[in-house]
Amino acid sequence: MTNCSKRKISGHLPIAVSLVLAGCTGSQSTLDPAGQEAAEVHHLFVVMVIGGGFIWLAVIGLLLHSCRGQRQTWSEEGAGRLIAWGGVAFPGVVLFALLVYAVWLMPSVRPWLARTVPEPTQIEVTGEQFWWRIRYPAEDGVAGFETSNELRLPVGERVAFSLRAADVIHSFWIPSLGGKMDMIPGRTNVLSLLPTRTGVFKAPCAEFCGTSHTYMAFSVVVMEREAYDDWRRKQASGHQPEGSEGERLFIHHGCAACHSVRGTTPVAALGPDLTHFAERETVGAGTLANTRENVGRFIRDPSAIKPGAQMPAFDMVPQGEIAAISEFLAGLR
Amino acid sequence: MRLFPKEVESLWTLFTGPSIWAAHFLGCSIAVAVYCEKAGEAPITFAQMRLFLVLITLLALAGIVLSAWLAWRQWGFGSGDPPHDAPTREDRLLFQGFATLLLSGLSFVAVLFVAVPLVLIEACQP
Repeated sequence: MTNCSKRKISGHLPIAVSLVLAGCTGSQSTLDPAGQEAAEVHHLFVVMVIGGGFIWLAVIGLLLHSCRGQRQTWSEEGAGRLIAWGGVAFPGVVLFALLVYAVWLMPSVRPWLARTVPEPTQIEVTGEQFWWRIRYPAEDGVAGFETSNELRLPVGERVAFSLRAADVIHSFWIPSLGGKMDMIPGRTNVLSLLPTRTGVFKAPCAEFCGTSHTYMAFSVVVMEREAYDDWRRKQASGHQPEGSEGERLFIHHGCAACHSVRGTTPVAALGPDLTHFAERETVGAGTLANTRENVGRFIRDPSAIKPGAQMPAFDMVPQGEIAAISEFLAGLR
Repeated sequence: MRLFPKEVESLWTLFTGPSIWAAHFLGCSIAVAVYCEKAGEAPITFAQMRLFLVLITLLALAGIVLSAWLAWRQWGFGSGDPPHDAPTREDRLLFQGFATLLLSGLSFVAVLFVAVPLVLIEACQP
């Protein structure tokens, strides 16, 4: 290898390493756990990688050893012993230990099965092409309500999810908190998670569900209990009508036939609920940042952004009116 | 009358270990599946069910050890070294004994692997 190419490689190495390490953190990484279940899985991963690394080094070391010539050959008996211990006994014992460890971890990854865990609050999440319907139960005198594409959870408390699917199989996975669990039409699967740190995390659909599968994600906001209670009260009370032009156009153009803004429009359950929409991180279930421009783009032609989206294009609506509707949605706090 | 014949000259002995493993695997899986499906109606608790499967496992392991002992005997208690590839009746017997012994070892480990989840499993998943 020439000096030049060596320099090239050593110059690119820090970039390559930082790129690889960048995958270890972030809002959608199992390597940066923010929940008990994710931490258990992360621990299992680290143990397996380190254990596998040692075994790999030993095998490669043995290979290199055997490739070096001019050495005294092993006796048949010695080689037989090496095969019996290194090739049979060692893998057998190690695999047995790993199996015991992995199976032993299972109750902590699926803790709601244990009788010691109190019955957690169940939040109902339904996967639909290509968004998430989320229904919170009534709790502590606050009425239940429906929202979409953004899940809010209290930190340090166990929460259970009833997972359903309305059309095809989806999969519920919050890499930073734990999971995953498939959502199957006609079935209710239960998953329980315990967030341990506040923050905003991203959860992609983890089962191919159609053309916009990659554009189907939701945000998870883990909050302190007090802030969570405030948020729940606000959600449950809905949004008071303002009589704005955008609100009038929202109803006039038929948006309210599919989307609810609780307290303002009649109940509609076909599309995602939009009450307090402006609080959400994204538009189109994790597809675009929640800005007025992006909301306008989405209303004009949803399929251009999310191929196969059920919502029809509203490109016949004048630009100014779309802007007014976007303005109305941006005010839903 | 001998409990075990002095010589076993049948290819079927070769499959004793793997057959016990297969039967144990199927038996445990089916038993747990049926129990969990009918958990409300079953007259036994999960702990009793687990105990029953542990007993089945011990029985399976004992069967495999017996098969291994018979194979070891057939192999002449390790008196000759493999590969036993001469075209003689004697070598065929020794080869079969050795192969049965190895398969019994494999089956023993496999039954243990199957038994681990039975011991650590906590409850039926809803």
